[in-house]
Amino acid sequence: MSLDQLFVDAKWALIRKLPEGLIPWASMLITIGVIGALAPLIMMYLTWIERKVIARMQNRFGPTRVGIYGLMQPLADGLKMLIKEDIVPRGADPLLHRLAPVLAVVPAILLFAVIPFGRNMAAVDLNVGLLYFLAVGSVGSYAIFMGGWASRSKFSVLGAMRSVAQLISYEVPSVLSVVGVMMVVGSLSLVDIVEAQAKGWFVFTPWGFVACLIFFLSGIAEVNRTPFDMPEAESELVAGFHTEYSGMKFALWYMGEFLEAFAVCALTVTLFLGGWQGPLIASWLLVFILAIVFATAKLLHPVIRALGVLLMGGLAIRFGSEPIPSWVWFLIKTYALVFVLVWLRGTFPRLRIDQLMGFAWKFLLPLALVNILAVGFWVLLPFPTGAILSVVLLVMSVGCLIRLNHPVALEPRTYILAD
Amino acid sequence: MLMIIGSGVLKGLGVTLKTFLETYPWGRAMLRVLGIAKTDGLVTIQYPDEKQEHSERFRYFPFLVYDGTPDNLRCVACRICEQECPPQCIHIVVAKDEQGRPLKANGRTLPKQFDIDISICMSCRICVDVCPFDAIEMDNQYELSGYDRAGEMYFTKEKLLKSADYFKSIKPTEAAVVDQRLAAKKKKETPG
Ligand code: SF4
Ligand code: SF4
Repeated sequence: MSLDQLFVDAKWALIRKLPEGLIPWASMLITIGVIGALAPLIMMYLTWIERKVIARMQNRFGPTRVGIYGLMQPLADGLKMLIKEDIVPRGADPLLHRLAPVLAVVPAILLFAVIPFGRNMAAVDLNVGLLYFLAVGSVGSYAIFMGGWASRSKFSVLGAMRSVAQLISYEVPSVLSVVGVMMVVGSLSLVDIVEAQAKGWFVFTPWGFVACLIFFLSGIAEVNRTPFDMPEAESELVAGFHTEYSGMKFALWYMGEFLEAFAVCALTVTLFLGGWQGPLIASWLLVFILAIVFATAKLLHPVIRALGVLLMGGLAIRFGSEPIPSWVWFLIKTYALVFVLVWLRGTFPRLRIDQLMGFAWKFLLPLALVNILAVGFWVLLPFPTGAILSVVLLVMSVGCLIRLNHPVALEPRTYILAD
Repeated sequence: MLMIIGSGVLKGLGVTLKTFLETYPWGRAMLRVLGIAKTDGLVTIQYPDEKQEHSERFRYFPFLVYDGTPDNLRCVACRICEQECPPQCIHIVVAKDEQGRPLKANGRTLPKQFDIDISICMSCRICVDVCPFDAIEMDNQYELSGYDRAGEMYFTKEKLLKSADYFKSIKPTEAAVVDQRLAAKKKKETPG
């Protein structure tokens, strides 16, 4: 049993004894169960990470009261949400109002089906995995509009309309930016895409870098996160499309949003950052770092700290010489991107709606189109020429686009009557 | 111009990242290794666990001072504070006998009732300033939550009475000045 295939082996060990006909079904059930159980967990701890990181960026502690390091805070929040009053506004469409949050969560969970979390660890290796991801991912905007419209509130409708406008705008550059990946790999299967990056991650190629930025930025915009959170701009729209939601329905909206954010990070990792590929570093290094983390965690009980260090020691002896497992690489990279997401949120103020649209249509979209040409150069021309050409093309077009997008400098106005 | 646009964004990200790192010991160590100037990091005082050090002059609500025993209070029920209190939250009833003459104890008139509605008091310290007898002083207790405004937040004489020693212990400098003033007054009253 190797660390790399730990979960795959565990699953097979569970279902090996079953009769022949049942094995595919059992395998499916287990996978669904694992995803269904992990999705809320991921969401809960994403809220914790977000609150913690943002707080630290603002010189605060973040959650500290419930559990050690506030680790039980998401549970407390969930409990609070569950026992809150569930309100459907008078005059709202009760069915759609209740359906919308569910419709927001379901596609977000469905996205996890195609993501390869590690070697042999994609729930289904669809040959059109990328297409599936893009298609299912955009169902979320229906949910948002449905929820906004069914709430019968002007804030909700405004937020929902903004959201649809934003989602449609950002879908275009986002899809165009992955065209390059398809051209290079020649496959839509996410597993193939990851395997094609064994020699070098796409983000280290000129076109890959640009496409990665475009994809990630439009991904943030598509999941409505700051600085692109126009649909729920709290300073203008109370809470946007979920103004009228309370209790668990509200929590479901958040769950959908966070899961989609996580999925966008995971897909960026899959497409551009090498997926589960990673440098061959022996596992003991990782275990060593974890042991240090355990040893220095001041708030934990000394016994737990000692046990943690001992456990890490055991792991180091058992698995120390193997390379760091693929799923660890995947999770490390994904959470690094999640950190970047929160980091962006902690740094930038929200864009104005016209700036937001302008950014998508006037900057990202042309750049994504040019990028396809750059990929063409890269793929078809022999190595140095193609690379140089694509770099020159990209740098020039970024420069041009910035120039073209620069607002006209207005002359200072003089008020004749005021003087 | 490309450089200008990119650098603004990166600078912003740098600021938040630095603040993030500053709040962790390992982050501070990292910044020290890199030679980046750092600030104090987390400055939050986690209130119920740790309390802020207040200056001696920190004040909250007034209390009545007595010397030695609680019946020997300095207040003579002159009602100046009652009249001066801006939100009118002091309520005094002078102790009188059956004929309506003010009662005296230790050669002084005294209040039968002395109530301060501290849910109204705004901690302005005017009562302390106007009291000619240094009978009322500002306390520094601030953990005074209660379940009921009318009952628990309405401080009667019994609740307001605190000893001069207590005053000395919470505000030594101010108490010294007051004691000096009282001593000088006593000397003037009893010449020789
Ligand atoms: S501190 Fe001010 S408001 Fe409070 S009792 Fe004294 S005079 Fe009134
Ligand atoms: S506290 Fe001072 S001012 Fe107020 S009634 Fe007593 S002696 Fe007079």
